[in-house]
Amino acid sequence: MTETNLLPPKFEAWFASRGWSPRAHQLALLEHGLAGRSVLLIAPTGAGKTLAGFLPSLVDLAGRPKWKPGTRRRGVHTLYISPLKALAVDIERNLETPVGGIGLDIAIETRTGDTSASRRQRQKLIPPDILLTTPEQLALLLAGRDAETFFEDLRTVVLDELHALVTSKRGDLLALGLSRLRAIAPAIRTVGLSATVAQPDELRAWLMPQAPGEPLALSEIVTVAGGAQPDIRIFEADDSIPFAGHSARYAYEGLLEEIDRRRMTLIFVNTRSQAEMVFSELWRLNDANLPIALHHGSLDVGQRRKVEAAMAEGRLRAVVATSTLDLGIDWGDVDLVIHIGAPKGASRLAQRVGRANHRMDEPSTALLVPANRFEVLECQAALDANYVGAQDTPPIRDGALDVLAQHVLGRAVAGPFRADEFYAEVVSAYSFRQLGRERFDRVVDLVATGGYALRAYERYAKIKLTADGTWRLTHPRFAQAYRLNVGTIIESPMLKVRLGGKARGRGPVMGGRLLGEVEEYFCEQMKVGDTFLFAGEVLRFEGMRETEVIVSRARSSDPRIPVYAGGKFPLSTFLAASVRRMLSDPSSWHKLPAPVRDWLELQRDHSILPRPDELLVETFPHRGRYFLVLYPFEGRLAHQTLGMLLTRRLERFGQKPLGFIATDYVIGVWCAADVGAAFVRGEPTLSRLLEPDMLGDDLEAWMAESYLLKRMFKSCAMIAGLVEKNAIGAQKTGRQVTVSTDLIYDVLREHQPDHILLEAAWADASSGLLDLGRLSDMLSRITGRIVHKRLDRISPLAVPIMLEIGGERVAGEADEDVLRQAADEIIREAMA
Amino acid sequence: MTALSKRQGDDDVLTAGGLVNLNGAAVRFDASGVLHWPEERLLVVADLHLEKGSSHGARGRFVPPYDTRATLRALAEVIGRLRPERVIALGDSFHDGDAERRLAPADLETLTTLVGSVDWTWVAGNHDPSPPAGLGGRPVAEIVIGPLVFRHEPRPGRSAGEVAGHLHPAAKVGRTRSVRRRAFVCDGSRCLLPAFGAYTGGLNVMDAAFKGLFERSRLIAWMLSDGRVYPVRSAEFLPD
Repeated sequence: MTETNLLPPKFEAWFASRGWSPRAHQLALLEHGLAGRSVLLIAPTGAGKTLAGFLPSLVDLAGRPKWKPGTRRRGVHTLYISPLKALAVDIERNLETPVGGIGLDIAIETRTGDTSASRRQRQKLIPPDILLTTPEQLALLLAGRDAETFFEDLRTVVLDELHALVTSKRGDLLALGLSRLRAIAPAIRTVGLSATVAQPDELRAWLMPQAPGEPLALSEIVTVAGGAQPDIRIFEADDSIPFAGHSARYAYEGLLEEIDRRRMTLIFVNTRSQAEMVFSELWRLNDANLPIALHHGSLDVGQRRKVEAAMAEGRLRAVVATSTLDLGIDWGDVDLVIHIGAPKGASRLAQRVGRANHRMDEPSTALLVPANRFEVLECQAALDANYVGAQDTPPIRDGALDVLAQHVLGRAVAGPFRADEFYAEVVSAYSFRQLGRERFDRVVDLVATGGYALRAYERYAKIKLTADGTWRLTHPRFAQAYRLNVGTIIESPMLKVRLGGKARGRGPVMGGRLLGEVEEYFCEQMKVGDTFLFAGEVLRFEGMRETEVIVSRARSSDPRIPVYAGGKFPLSTFLAASVRRMLSDPSSWHKLPAPVRDWLELQRDHSILPRPDELLVETFPHRGRYFLVLYPFEGRLAHQTLGMLLTRRLERFGQKPLGFIATDYVIGVWCAADVGAAFVRGEPTLSRLLEPDMLGDDLEAWMAESYLLKRMFKSCAMIAGLVEKNAIGAQKTGRQVTVSTDLIYDVLREHQPDHILLEAAWADASSGLLDLGRLSDMLSRITGRIVHKRLDRISPLAVPIMLEIGGERVAGEADEDVLRQAADEIIREAMA
Repeated sequence: MTALSKRQGDDDVLTAGGLVNLNGAAVRFDASGVLHWPEERLLVVADLHLEKGSSHGARGRFVPPYDTRATLRALAEVIGRLRPERVIALGDSFHDGDAERRLAPADLETLTTLVGSVDWTWVAGNHDPSPPAGLGGRPVAEIVIGPLVFRHEPRPGRSAGEVAGHLHPAAKVGRTRSVRRRAFVCDGSRCLLPAFGAYTGGLNVMDAAFKGLFERSRLIAWMLSDGRVYPVRSAEFLPD
């Protein structure tokens, strides 16, 4: 091969000494790299992506003359950015092998939130050749006064796990950082490393500077075909599979047998609470005392590190984990991956299955454990998808305006800027290429004085347009505030969980070990004596001490506070379509377990199986109420939105809706009026009820009173710097922020409803938690294809949702219910 | 709940006319957050904190500068509805000493009109120790009317007939989920008013600041939510 000549002899010798030869994609990246071209590498886990990404930089650095004392210090040559700081640390370790083996004199350092101040200082004076960092740290470096000298020699930016980064606000922050880097060092090239993507062209465009009005510029692309086909099975139990629920308890005994047959098993679940539950249930049955550990993001860091170390040393047989183990970190010798619950997306499944046998040429082994019958369909769809190599990740949205506001302030912190030049720089980023000048100017105004029609804050402006035509920071304290608040991750406030003694007299006994952290809202609802699952134990809530939750070990093994066990990821569009197809096609049912097959056959006999492009709507009476069940299979978020809008409309049509519930697959609404009869009479018709126009006024009216937009607004206001996440000196507690942003939201909505941050919050809500895009696609897809089946009792397919309905409250009025229950009845009656 | 209201000594929570018995005066806790004393045609409002928004703005936190407008609009609404002859603003009417000068011209006009429309009393607060000049109204440190004394900051210990603000009381209740709301807190002898201003948060009535002020067994938080008032016994209170 001619490309091999690109590889310097000492590199070749190193490969040979290890009995390897460079892989084709590694050489392809080297060729693009040495020619100065940006490139996207798509490769499965274990393909040697990291080395491929860094090889051009290593070769280039190896040929660079040594720095001579007395000459100017050289800036950073290669910047590596990863979504996780743990990943940066991991890569530093992985690079040591080739760099040491080849005998290269290259300085490689990490810079994360954990890096000490003295080391940061030294890095600025003596920049390393390769710097490994995160998007937030890049933003901070760019806001430094010496950013230009630090980055002027930059040649390459390596972006790891690009698919995971670009679809979030952190991706927007990174895109803006990249546009800034290009302004400082125009010749830089980018290397994107990505595991799985649906639309590689989007990522290729993301990697390149774009010129508005011109065709999209795309980077080069190198794709590595998947390794050995993974061996994935769906868990088969002797018992029948439950209709509803998320626990998958029926499978645990069988799973323990599987674990016992393997060296090391990773058990993935979708949420922290699910991890807790699965872990404790497994131990309840674990008579053989297999060493099984727990790993999730809320556990104390020390405890997590212990689990990781035990895994690497092979002292564990299984670990129950959430997404904290999701990204490309390499832990030990895993030979089985178990996935409990449906994977919700084929890409996520591929990523997790890739954790087993972290070598490309051996097949991974994975076991999917559906927790209920619809999940069986979903698991089968995901399994089919993995074999055909179909992938699904969300498309890249337009860049967020609150993140842009943060970037504008960061730009001013770095030094004076001209709006025209800066605007051109911002719109060169793929995700901001459609940003109009007028909106850009409004964002600058937002940073300067809050962007209000009432010009109340002119004299307090943070940045000001000066006589020479540049915008300048007005006071250094705003630079300090920027540094404290940089970033886009607004976490729900976390409280430390500490083991103490039982509450006696005035309060809990203090002084025990730290177990980890929980979200504040979880504790808000607890009273002394309540028990809950955490860190694998049943704990008793004893009280709060400032930011700590004091707990004791509970004697009971049955936690009283139920935890939400559903998935936090919505079902992907791709899997939803596959599930609909499978449902409509009896010839594909032979792959399904017998109980599920029987269930679908019953549905065919008693009701209807909709075609993939149809929406089935069933109506039936049950215990004095009238039920309406829809089967869109569009994911919980879109269903929740649809459920809210449907109940509003049903109310207006006089159907007296009492409540609804939404799962990933189905929406169930219950009414006091015979809604099926109303459809037959055409009062209203189903197509009128489900008209796409509900996304207009009904949505507007609902959002006006919804809590959701407030929460979105809060995070936008923090990211944009309107309120501070971290104030200088003291950290505000989450509660104080909640109160004030809620009040701010109400006032702003009333007095300036077109404010740019309200726009930003609306954009977040519609693309995020409301999933409006998907709902709107669905409503147009089903127009003219709605099938109504009126039944005299529950249909087989409706059984799962009817089982879920039990605990659900009527939507909307819940807060007033709480107050009504607490209020003193006699006084209230007298007052009436 | 029924059992709670039958406890001894509770018979006099309400007057014969269905109003709240506050040290012998028959008052109403209005859902807007003002105290209404119909017999005296008196309305009492606490902690307006006008121009709190702009005081944040001066420190570079550009919260929407519309809080004064929102507060005054709500106050005008309740004055129009209850038609009092007298209004007592119970202190901290302005967020700081400079607030009056920061008022937008339109807001200043609204406020001057409101003050001129009734017999207006400004009680001094810790945020506004010297009451505003040029707006009209009568500045006082505190004022006594019948069995009640109106002042900004509650005196430590029991203080019969005291009506005060300052602490911004709020209460939290609930079993499986909790709800936190601004509230009047009253034990039949003394009453603390919720803060009325648009940007004023609340302090939980379980906080140490409320310690010793009330007779706990008779304490009721009149929680404000969605245009209604919910009286809640102290046994139901939750800490934050």
